[in-house]
Amino acid sequence: MIRARRLGRTFGTKHVIRGLELDVPRGGFLLVTGPNGSGKTTLLRLVAGLLVPTAGELEVAVPRDRVGYLGHEPLVYRELTALENLDLYGRLYRVPERRERIGMLLERFGLWEARNQWADSFSRGMLQRLALCRTLLHDPDLLVLDEPFSALDEEGAALLDRQLAELRPRATFLLATHDPERVSPLAPDRLAFA
Amino acid sequence: MLAALAAGLLCAAIALIFFYAPVDADQGLSQKIFYFHVPIAFTAYACFGWGAWKALLVLWKRKPGADQESYVAIHQGVIFGALTLITGSIWAKISWGVWWTWSERQLVLFLVLFLFYCAYFMLRFSVEPGPQRENLCAVYALFGVVLIPVSFLAIRLAENFIHPTVFTSRGPQMATSQFATFCVALAAMIALAGTLYRVELLGKRLDARLRELRELLT
Amino acid sequence: MTAYLADVATLARKDLRLELRTRNTVPAMLLFVVAALVVFHFALPAGSSELAAKGLLWVAIVFTALLGLTRAFVAEREQRLIDGLLLAPCDRSAIWLAKSVAVLGFLVVAEVVALPAFALFFSGIDGATVAGVALADLGICAVGTVLAAMAVAGRARELLLPLLFLPLAIPVVVGGVGASVTGHPGRYLGFLALYDAVFAIISWASFEYVVTE
Repeated sequence: MIRARRLGRTFGTKHVIRGLELDVPRGGFLLVTGPNGSGKTTLLRLVAGLLVPTAGELEVAVPRDRVGYLGHEPLVYRELTALENLDLYGRLYRVPERRERIGMLLERFGLWEARNQWADSFSRGMLQRLALCRTLLHDPDLLVLDEPFSALDEEGAALLDRQLAELRPRATFLLATHDPERVSPLAPDRLAFA
Repeated sequence: MLAALAAGLLCAAIALIFFYAPVDADQGLSQKIFYFHVPIAFTAYACFGWGAWKALLVLWKRKPGADQESYVAIHQGVIFGALTLITGSIWAKISWGVWWTWSERQLVLFLVLFLFYCAYFMLRFSVEPGPQRENLCAVYALFGVVLIPVSFLAIRLAENFIHPTVFTSRGPQMATSQFATFCVALAAMIALAGTLYRVELLGKRLDARLRELRELLT
Repeated sequence: MTAYLADVATLARKDLRLELRTRNTVPAMLLFVVAALVVFHFALPAGSSELAAKGLLWVAIVFTALLGLTRAFVAEREQRLIDGLLLAPCDRSAIWLAKSVAVLGFLVVAEVVALPAFALFFSGIDGATVAGVALADLGICAVGTVLAAMAVAGRARELLLPLLFLPLAIPVVVGGVGASVTGHPGRYLGFLALYDAVFAIISWASFEYVVTE
């Protein structure tokens, strides 16, 4: 599913990733750990297609519309409502039965009551949940999640746990986190960045 | 090799300009600046064209060295462009007694392009090196090359409503001796540009190599 | 093709809706253009021709457009919202087209105020001028959107955009002023159409490269 050979990425003169080899099979779950600034986010952005490699090769065997990415920013427009944000992405991803799917996701993540509020008024936890809705909206085959548990309260984290467990058999995962124990029940492979 | 050729051509050109080409009836010795001004202008265009070609390679073929080559070519183009403006200004002073005139289409075109390509450097140095910077500079260089004919057309059209031209420039109707001198001068300028291009490129590549080695050692 | 246009419509609608709610850009453009016209009144000594004022109209338009363009990609860059659009399966050039359409909308709104104001302060506006403005707007927005995306990729973005934009705006000013001022507007309108066509094509084709990191 994901294949990297001698993958490298520089920013200016800084080599953030150098000579990385990676093989993630379909249905795999790769957990990426490491301190801040070690290149986790860069790797995830490369796999999601937001960055291009400056050295080596990276092959991601799914088309762009089958990838779900959750980064450090929620990627929602502050002056649009939750519903409008998801409708925007739903249209761009050509999600079938868009309205039903949006409703279902909002409900699942406990945002249904807030659906007509501007994202501006959301707390960080709510924004993260909205971002998760955005990520899962188009039922992706590859999930690239960068510290998804950050900003979530206990309830939100429990919701996410449940979602991940539910999706585990159906998708491939690339997940970066500071809290690897949280996802160990999902039997991940590990990649540690120095 | 090229340097030797350039040096040789330059000497030949200077010799021809001052000893061979006939002295102009109206303007005398000072008309000789023409032999510098126009070849320099052509060379500047050639540099911008070469830079745009390399830019196309950056976007289309993703050739690794092309971005640097494009940059160096445009750098040379700007240098020769500045020289064009300076020599043009001198020529205007000689011919018409003013340091600048809007009626010289070529000169005005060069001013516009000079502004455009100076902004290229502003762009380049405000973005961090990387694939995006290469792309941005390449796209901008291509915009530039499209701007050249469009601007030329614009300047021609503008003459109709900007105050009427008082000065007309005789396009040089050249006698053969003049033409020969001109050609040698042109060849000399292009060779000079080529040499400077090579030198600068070499310098930059050495810099990059040194940096690479330094990194490997740390 | 319809999917492409649907994407463009979705994105343009998003930008227009955001502007309607935040009112960040258009009011500033309106105020700016009127203020500029007032400054021009004081900048034209007595005895200046009516034609000089017409020329200054184009200066006002170009700088008002710059104001709008400077804001075009700010949110996308600050909150990295562009990522959301880049992840989506839509063509990158659709982002360009949608953004151009939105900026065009803002510019037209500003001009709907500017042109009558100009007629009020200086002299009447004829059909050729309006046609010139319309054609010029297309070119300005097409090129300006690409340049705005470029400028936003670096530091000093507000400073960079005018430097990138003004040389490319010179042919537009020539076309526009020619259409307003001379007796043969057709030639100039044709030139503007040529500018629009040529630069729209290369803007459309090159936007993808401009947003790739």
